[in-house]
Amino acid sequence: MELRRLRADLHIHTCLSPCGELAMSPRAVVEGARAARLDLIAVTDHNTMENAAAVIAAARGTGLAVLPGIELTTVEEVHILGLFDAEADVRPFQEEVFRNLPDIPAKRKYVDDQVLVDAEDYVTGFSPRCLFGATLLSVHEAVGLIHAHGGLAIASHIDRESFSVVSQLGFIPEGLGLEAVELSPHADIAGAREAYGIAPDLAVVRFSDAHKPDEIGAAPTDFLVAAPTLAEIRLALAGEAGRKAFSS
Amino acid sequence: MTLNELATRLELKVFTSGIPPDRPVQGGYASDLLSDVIGHARKDDLWVTLQVHPNIVAVAVLKELAGIVLVGGRVPAEETLAQAVREKVPVLGTGLTTFELAGRLYGMGLRGG
Repeated sequence: MELRRLRADLHIHTCLSPCGELAMSPRAVVEGARAARLDLIAVTDHNTMENAAAVIAAARGTGLAVLPGIELTTVEEVHILGLFDAEADVRPFQEEVFRNLPDIPAKRKYVDDQVLVDAEDYVTGFSPRCLFGATLLSVHEAVGLIHAHGGLAIASHIDRESFSVVSQLGFIPEGLGLEAVELSPHADIAGAREAYGIAPDLAVVRFSDAHKPDEIGAAPTDFLVAAPTLAEIRLALAGEAGRKAFSS
Repeated sequence: MTLNELATRLELKVFTSGIPPDRPVQGGYASDLLSDVIGHARKDDLWVTLQVHPNIVAVAVLKELAGIVLVGGRVPAEETLAQAVREKVPVLGTGLTTFELAGRLYGMGLRGG
């Protein structure tokens, strides 16, 4: 099978994330991704995947591939990305996450910032949950839950001073089973393995963590893969079957 | 002051019952960011936190802390307790919040860095 080098940004928020701009509608995300010459993106809102289907639908026919994803907040306040197959039924996973999200209603002004939309950018509702809150899942349980539902688990922005596995837990716990760790756009990739104690066999990627349209694609990772699918990304992160990940 | 005296006076629960709590406590540190504890806690500090992940034991060993007190009625994760016993790191607990416990420790003469 012929391998191609695809450009990916697998950490993008939409207007559903309380911190994501309202401008991050499905169409705007797709346009932004195409303008940044991305081949593959993932939608990763905080503790929810409710806008992912709309972005997948908005990208249909554009040549852009979209994976449904999530950015889980663990009980230690560590952010973990979960990425899933575009065809996967993510509802059971989502239900499990919501079961573990304490039932604290969001304040009105935050509810207004948690916008549910359809593929045409129409507002369909607002999430009443406190999406930015921590779930009751430990990092190990979060990674286990993502894996149990067929997903890839990537520790978010481990160079950051908040919400990163390193800031919260001091170092990356042994045996956590991550597929990769993510660095922020401005992090020093060359020194990262030593600075953050990243095991030699653990892949390092870099994504934008975009909350605004002009941040999309700010720090892409290229993947040498046969297709823009979760299975291929999994091989690339593991460095198997000739697939590779390149963080620029 | 020893850990034992503090535990008795503050009615702390001792999770690591096999470890003699006669270690001297020189000061205190309260933080839930383990990276911050690695950076700023001092040897023989008593560490007050709500984190229960096994990594707290490794941090206590690294920094040679006198012990860990979990606040708010939290209990150590199973693996945390196993590692604490293995590494001989005393892990205690209280129903008090971080603010309340730190205030009482300060009142008993302990100081931060």
